Amino acid sequence: MPDSAVRADGAARIAVRKTYKLYIGGAFPRSESGRSYVVTDHKGRFLANAAMGSRKDARDAVTAARKAFAGWSAATAYNRGQVLYRVAELLEGRRAQFVAEVRTAEGLGPRHAEALVDAAIDRWVWYAGWADKIAQVRGAANPVAGPYFNFSLPEPTGVVAVIAPEASSLLGFVSVVAPAVVSGNTVVALASERFPLPAVSLSEVLATSDVPAGVINVLTGRTAEIAPWLASHMDVNAIDLSGAPDSLADDLAVAAAENLKRVVRAGDQDWTLTPRLDRMLAYLETKTVWHPAGT
Amino acid sequence: MPKFEYAPAPESRAIVSLRESYGLFIDGEFTPGLDGRVFKTISPATEEVLAEVTEAGPADVDRAVTAARKAYEHTWAAMPGTARAKYLFRIARIVQEKARELAVLESLDNGKPIRESRDVDIPLVAAHFFYYAGWADKLEYAGYGPAPRPLGVAGQVIPWNFPLLMLAWKIAPALACGNTVVLKPAETTPLTALAFAEICQQADLPPGVVNIVTGAGETGRALVTHPGIDKVAFTGSTEVGKEIARACAPTRKKLTLELGGKAANIVFEDAPIDQAVEGIVNGIFFNQGHVCCAGSRLLVQESVQDEVLAALRRRLGTLRLGDPLDKNTDVGAINSAAQLARIRELSDVGEAEGAQRWSPPCDLPVKGFWFPPTLFTGVSQAHRIAREEIFGPVLSVLTFRTPAEAVEKANNTPYGLSAGVWTDKGSLILWMASRLRAGVVWANTFNKFDPTSPFGGYKESGYGREGGRHGLEAYLDA
Repeated sequence: MPDSAVRADGAARIAVRKTYKLYIGGAFPRSESGRSYVVTDHKGRFLANAAMGSRKDARDAVTAARKAFAGWSAATAYNRGQVLYRVAELLEGRRAQFVAEVRTAEGLGPRHAEALVDAAIDRWVWYAGWADKIAQVRGAANPVAGPYFNFSLPEPTGVVAVIAPEASSLLGFVSVVAPAVVSGNTVVALASERFPLPAVSLSEVLATSDVPAGVINVLTGRTAEIAPWLASHMDVNAIDLSGAPDSLADDLAVAAAENLKRVVRAGDQDWTLTPRLDRMLAYLETKTVWHPAGT
Repeated sequence: MPKFEYAPAPESRAIVSLRESYGLFIDGEFTPGLDGRVFKTISPATEEVLAEVTEAGPADVDRAVTAARKAYEHTWAAMPGTARAKYLFRIARIVQEKARELAVLESLDNGKPIRESRDVDIPLVAAHFFYYAGWADKLEYAGYGPAPRPLGVAGQVIPWNFPLLMLAWKIAPALACGNTVVLKPAETTPLTALAFAEICQQADLPPGVVNIVTGAGETGRALVTHPGIDKVAFTGSTEVGKEIARACAPTRKKLTLELGGKAANIVFEDAPIDQAVEGIVNGIFFNQGHVCCAGSRLLVQESVQDEVLAALRRRLGTLRLGDPLDKNTDVGAINSAAQLARIRELSDVGEAEGAQRWSPPCDLPVKGFWFPPTLFTGVSQAHRIAREEIFGPVLSVLTFRTPAEAVEKANNTPYGLSAGVWTDKGSLILWMASRLRAGVVWANTFNKFDPTSPFGGYKESGYGREGGRHGLEAYLDA
């Protein structure tokens, strides 16, 4: 966004800048640590001070995500699909803002930034459609050899920590968060350390688009500082290490083994491609139910 | 209730011809270990030595992995699915042909009642190979993409509670998908895996596709940390599962884990009590409670607590404990001295923490490892016997008042493998089933297994599924 503009009367208007905060449990707190860090554009010019999240912020976010899990996972698939679609609707309405933010953050040309924002919007739409289909694709009626009705259904694994991709501030972020929440998981997402601002602005969209408080929580700060707390947190069920550099990701994966988190290590990738199912499936458990058939 | 006396009806062990000692099965042949170390496997019912078995060292594991790699690259992965299927069908048929021999051998080495090895374990082994045989040439229809690829060489480590059945759960889907395997059976129950090696020979399975390395924890560690394997599959304790998860974390090995459990078996006041009691007994005393999905926590609605416990005590009084080879036996031997010590220790802790212990009058044989069917009442959620997996014939009884409280208590565990629900109300079953955080929910039944039915846990009970279409995913590059 332009920081100042010349008004008709010739005087420069001083822009009202935004404070970029965390998004936890539906609220926008500053880091409890009171810290922030400087975010610059690709040429090194000051953009904003982003909140430098702490261990306590990460733990608060996990608590919020856990609290939201019962309601979100019990929501109907139709309802979750509509909520995700609503995110796309509101994002579309603020398309120009996000193009500008992504452009400034990542230092891209206008066409490129537009393509990425469009893809991010479309990704919400794509996942919205999956909400009430994944159980049919992944479920099964199992022909057991006996007088039983036996079926298997996918269920969300719980609280998912996401270390969002470092290089793709909006599309990458959406591409790792949406596949977790669509099936009823709740998420604590750590935004790109270098380009955190579009993700923070996205949380404003989430806050106004029927996503229940706590379903998606957004942290900003130092990956190397916050990610280990998420990886070792005993109330986190799964973790996506996309945004962690390889050396750190190994340590995080070892820490995640302590409570047998489901670990996604797909690495950075071309986020403009249509996703495969694996990210969605990584956060699904299969539950099998047996019942006798008889009179 | 009259107590019936039964004349002994032992199954003959003459059908089993054991060798004095067994080598490792590598590249289609039995071969001695390179460093000459051996150990003995005994019958837990009599402590009689059954055979001498080779302890595979790292160099032996390396030989096995090399043989599996060669078979993967030159034979198995390139073979058409229709041909792989035929080998697996052959194996299923040979298992059926040798069913009685395998059942007796399993009961000898493991201590489980012949009634279970004969009617549950071995038939399921054959069914499992038969089921996955049919997938070998149909993988493109399984939902994992148009041309799903195998992973390579799988290192598989299995437990002692269902020795041959766990082997089938591991080997059948792995081979169907085009992988080759190196499997380590449990230290105390290697014999049916070695008999399976002979079945592979009879089936003319190409050398190196299946390799069996016997040994204890060190051998298992050498296998799962071997850089030449692409996939690790482990069934066993959560503690070892976590160690394996840590070891595999920095590698790109695909990992599936089927670990411990502390399942709640939930009985509502409107349940058919007699059926529920049978289900409770089957849930915890099946296989001496050596079952990861055992219903080891009975949650009974307060209003029917007295009635259920009275019926349960009556029923426990009729369980027959003794010779695993006797066809009348309900409860066999504890698999090992070490496991018996653990069961005793946790049961003593249960008493020390204030729960009331009860067992029916029950004569234990003098030799061998035995533990009577045991009930603990007055158990709180904080007691260790309500939190830790005992892996023995010990049931902890807790109570609840409302369905919500039952769900809360059932889910109050780091495990999430299985659960049972007993009620006549269909809507309550589905309500409970959707809220229980467990991979298998048995409603008005318990401990049922089938090759078409996916099995595996939530949370610290592990990840991945075995059985059904879902079981293929663990062995495909999906």
